[in-house]
Amino acid sequence: MSRLSPGELARLLGDGWDPGPTTAAPASVAAEDAGPPTAAAVWAALEGVPDPEVPVISVVELGIVRDVAVDGARVVVTITPTYSGCPAMREIERDVVAALRGRGWDAEVRTTYTPAWTTDWMSDAAREKLRAYGIAPPGRRVEGPVLVPLRRRGDGAAEAGPPCPRCGSPDTRLESRFGSTACKAMHTCRACGEPFEEFKPV
Amino acid sequence: MTAPPGTDAAPDARLAEYLLRHGDDRLVLGHRLSEWAGHAPILEEDIALGNVALDLIGQGAALLGLAGAAEGAGRDADALAYFREAVDFRNALLCELPRGDFAFTVVRQFLFDAYDVLVTEALSASSDAALAGVMAKAYKEARYHVRHSGEWVVRLGDGTDESRRRAQDAVDALWRYGPELLTPDALDEDMRSLGTGADLDALRPAWESSVRAVLDDATLRVPAAGFPARGGRQGRHTEHLGLMLAEMQIVARSHPGASW
Repeated sequence: MSRLSPGELARLLGDGWDPGPTTAAPASVAAEDAGPPTAAAVWAALEGVPDPEVPVISVVELGIVRDVAVDGARVVVTITPTYSGCPAMREIERDVVAALRGRGWDAEVRTTYTPAWTTDWMSDAAREKLRAYGIAPPGRRVEGPVLVPLRRRGDGAAEAGPPCPRCGSPDTRLESRFGSTACKAMHTCRACGEPFEEFKPV
Repeated sequence: MTAPPGTDAAPDARLAEYLLRHGDDRLVLGHRLSEWAGHAPILEEDIALGNVALDLIGQGAALLGLAGAAEGAGRDADALAYFREAVDFRNALLCELPRGDFAFTVVRQFLFDAYDVLVTEALSASSDAALAGVMAKAYKEARYHVRHSGEWVVRLGDGTDESRRRAQDAVDALWRYGPELLTPDALDEDMRSLGTGADLDALRPAWESSVRAVLDDATLRVPAAGFPARGGRQGRHTEHLGLMLAEMQIVARSHPGASW
């Protein structure tokens, strides 16, 4: 599977396009001697592993790294999927192992489903990075009954959508609850006319 | 593949059977939804159906992994998905019916999603920690699914003459397939009494009232109760499942162990 990095996209689109702040790519494959692993050093290394679908934030900022265990020279990283069918999990696993092996550490990745991932684990800094990148960050989760608020369009009872990440207008329209990846929904801003994605609160 | 949690438990045939029911529902329905890829009436819906399919297949893979571990015979999720015959599947019949037109897919999905959001919430409190973990995650996803399919039921039912006719035809054809999801048998009772399974009798009124409310909002008529279709939980399937599996399993069976 190939994907465009923000840098490659910027080259294709020309100099005028600003990809915004990006997280550093995983360490090169050539092993560097980083000394024996410590939990803090492993967490720092994982801060440099970008999410493959939303490369502006790291897997740590996304909140999917649940545990780091160090036993001598061996590292076990526990991650949890954002969505049950997230097709990027294998790639994330590979990227994590590559980043840690690149430092000369023996790494294994395990998956857990408990507790279930929530966007509440995403830091304010990560949310701001998403917004600057053009993706509306996740808002507050809506709890309570789900089957009641089924309404025809224009009833006015629909919940408020996310503000436009480009112009900040709150006047936005939901296009689809499902976007280019499982974690995103599609909206359009009525004020500036831009379509944009929202990181869904779950 | 990473080993699922709970793999160290002693073999438990009843738990394996129970997990297969829930896993097969998701795998089979997810596959039916995936058949829409590239064929949905609009791009957004193509993407949405693909997203829901991914969620369901992901949940199904996790549950089949747990089922294989509970069975204790060395079968993983892939072995259970690709190397079982139709009679060994335990999905409800509703999930295996051919996808039909878009209205049929939407109504079927809504009948399932309205059940799914209830059963995943109930099983999030299962005494089986691994099952509870998978279902807590699935519950978050089901909340999105049911709103999406429910809104489409309203849009089609309360839409044009053509969309209303198709939606009503789908409701009429599918209504008798709903009860199988919510009618407990001896295994369901066993698992409920152990604290592992859901109390389907307790969920059924909530399913009925939410489904009727949405059909009413969609100006669709609830048909008279027909002869309830059942048998999937015991492996007695429609002829459609075998044909679907032939397509779903052919690559894995033609090239065992292949990877790319």
